[in-house]
Amino acid sequence: MTALDTTNNALLQGFRTQQIADRAFRGLTFLCAIIVLLTLGAILVALAWGSLPAFRAFHFDFFTRSVWNPVTVQFGAVAAIYGTLTTSAIAILIGVPVSFGIALFLSELAPLWLRRPIGTAIELLAAVPSIIYGMWGLFVFAPFFSQHYQPWMSAYLGPIPVIGQLFQGPPLGIGIFTAGVILAIMIVPFISSVIRDVFQTVPAVMRESAYSIGCSTWEVVWNILLPYTRTSIIGAIMLGLGRALGETMAVTFVIGNAHKISASLFMPGATISSTIANEFTEAVGDVYYSSLIALGLTLFVVTMAVLTLAKLMLLRLELRLRG
Amino acid sequence: MGITRYRWRRILNGFFLSTSVIATFMGIAVLFSILSTVITYGLPALTPALFTKMTPPPGSSGGLLNAIVGSLIITGIGIAVGAPIGVLAGTFLAEFGRGKWLTDATRFISDVLLSAPSILIGLFVFQVAVKPVQHFSAWAGALTLAIIAIPVILRTTDDMLRLVPNDLREAGAALGAPQWKIVVNISYRSVRAGIVTGILLAFARISGETAPLLFTALNNQFWSSDVNAPMANLPVVIFQFAMSPYDDWQRLAWAGALLTTAAILGLSVLARILLFSPKERPQ
Repeated sequence: MTALDTTNNALLQGFRTQQIADRAFRGLTFLCAIIVLLTLGAILVALAWGSLPAFRAFHFDFFTRSVWNPVTVQFGAVAAIYGTLTTSAIAILIGVPVSFGIALFLSELAPLWLRRPIGTAIELLAAVPSIIYGMWGLFVFAPFFSQHYQPWMSAYLGPIPVIGQLFQGPPLGIGIFTAGVILAIMIVPFISSVIRDVFQTVPAVMRESAYSIGCSTWEVVWNILLPYTRTSIIGAIMLGLGRALGETMAVTFVIGNAHKISASLFMPGATISSTIANEFTEAVGDVYYSSLIALGLTLFVVTMAVLTLAKLMLLRLELRLRG
Repeated sequence: MGITRYRWRRILNGFFLSTSVIATFMGIAVLFSILSTVITYGLPALTPALFTKMTPPPGSSGGLLNAIVGSLIITGIGIAVGAPIGVLAGTFLAEFGRGKWLTDATRFISDVLLSAPSILIGLFVFQVAVKPVQHFSAWAGALTLAIIAIPVILRTTDDMLRLVPNDLREAGAALGAPQWKIVVNISYRSVRAGIVTGILLAFARISGETAPLLFTALNNQFWSSDVNAPMANLPVVIFQFAMSPYDDWQRLAWAGALLTTAAILGLSVLARILLFSPKERPQ
């Protein structure tokens, strides 16, 4: 009888240990999940806290003035916000059609044996670090662009009324437009891989029935695939936009870093992120520091809004992919 | 009329399809242009001195030894901190937290963090780990990289674990295994390659991060293995040297660029091979 009891106790003991181990393991994973959950909020709080002195000094004027003068300690975010929005807009205007073309090629046109290698090559573009894009942009793309395309664009697009202004100016190579082009190249792999995945979720029956009534490949894409996947594609574009808004190093290399708003896209400018990257370690004084952090806060709010919207639009796709 | 409309449709089709081919071609051309640029400028600068000498002052020759070692230390610590947190958090989402709002919220936040501008994460760490102690440090740099790595690792772990069939878990439970043993010995084991891939991808991602290191690890012209002080690291050295007017520095920047790009693309390709090979082997 006693022998039986001891075995029971040993069993019970083992069971208890396992129960404690279970609870500890589960608690540990829970803790890690909570850490991730709180990170975003912590970033927001830290940035808001850091930008208090700037807002105390300039109030809402921070968002309405374009002056950026460390000497007189006057700071306004308009020029940087303008640069961020313009470069991102150029990136989207160029990047979206190209991404769409690549996705179309990869999902509808390319022979099967070609899809993996080309898809991999495009995805490797996403792995290239942004500083390499910056160096490539400054030393290869900018000279090439200023010699071959910029004079041409100034000559032919410059005289057009209203929008012509955007393309006037000396062929410097660097500037807002170049930054936009580099950003476009950087977001293409992200957008195109999402669009390709989205296209592959369209049931084959839909494609086949369209082909069977005589649609051309383009008509299938335009009339069947696009309407079917519209929300996800907008989500993919927003995802690319989120990347473009916050991209730092590549832009810092090629934008020219000038705190002014020029009518021409060929002139140097500055974005929020390039300003922070360039000036942060050299900033002196609380207000200067704080103004840079306030710029960061602005970027944070804008990108979070864009990314949240993107995620919501891609939710349906994820559900479908994950099953 | 019918013929012209037909012809028009064919022209339209041909136009858009050829544009699509051109777009793809342009994408690949850019990749090759970047690679060839990095190789043509970087290869001549690739000397043994690169790995034996410190970063030089302007106008003299030197190497990148302190930057290479610094990068390895900072990214190493970043992964060492980020990987367990990412894997465990992903485990919670996929194994324990199914159907809870907390799970959905964490997944959402993590995905937003995944695309969040890294420069903001750098600013955040500056605020919490640099400003209070009044000096830049390798710790702060590593912390930044860890925060950038976590969402990548979490996402892959979560995705991979959810591919594990429930039958496997139930088989384990039927043998009386406690839950942690089921997770560690069954779930982890069956998707080991996937989780390792996620960590490799995160490693590739943080190896090239520059902007957040500018305000956290900063730079150091000299040899330093003190993680509590500013430490040299490849990305920041590349940035500083590439933007400088000195020939020697620019050459070193290209050499560093070649090293970084080769390492990152190598890691990405390796991750891909790891991820795809188990799936393809049975076919």
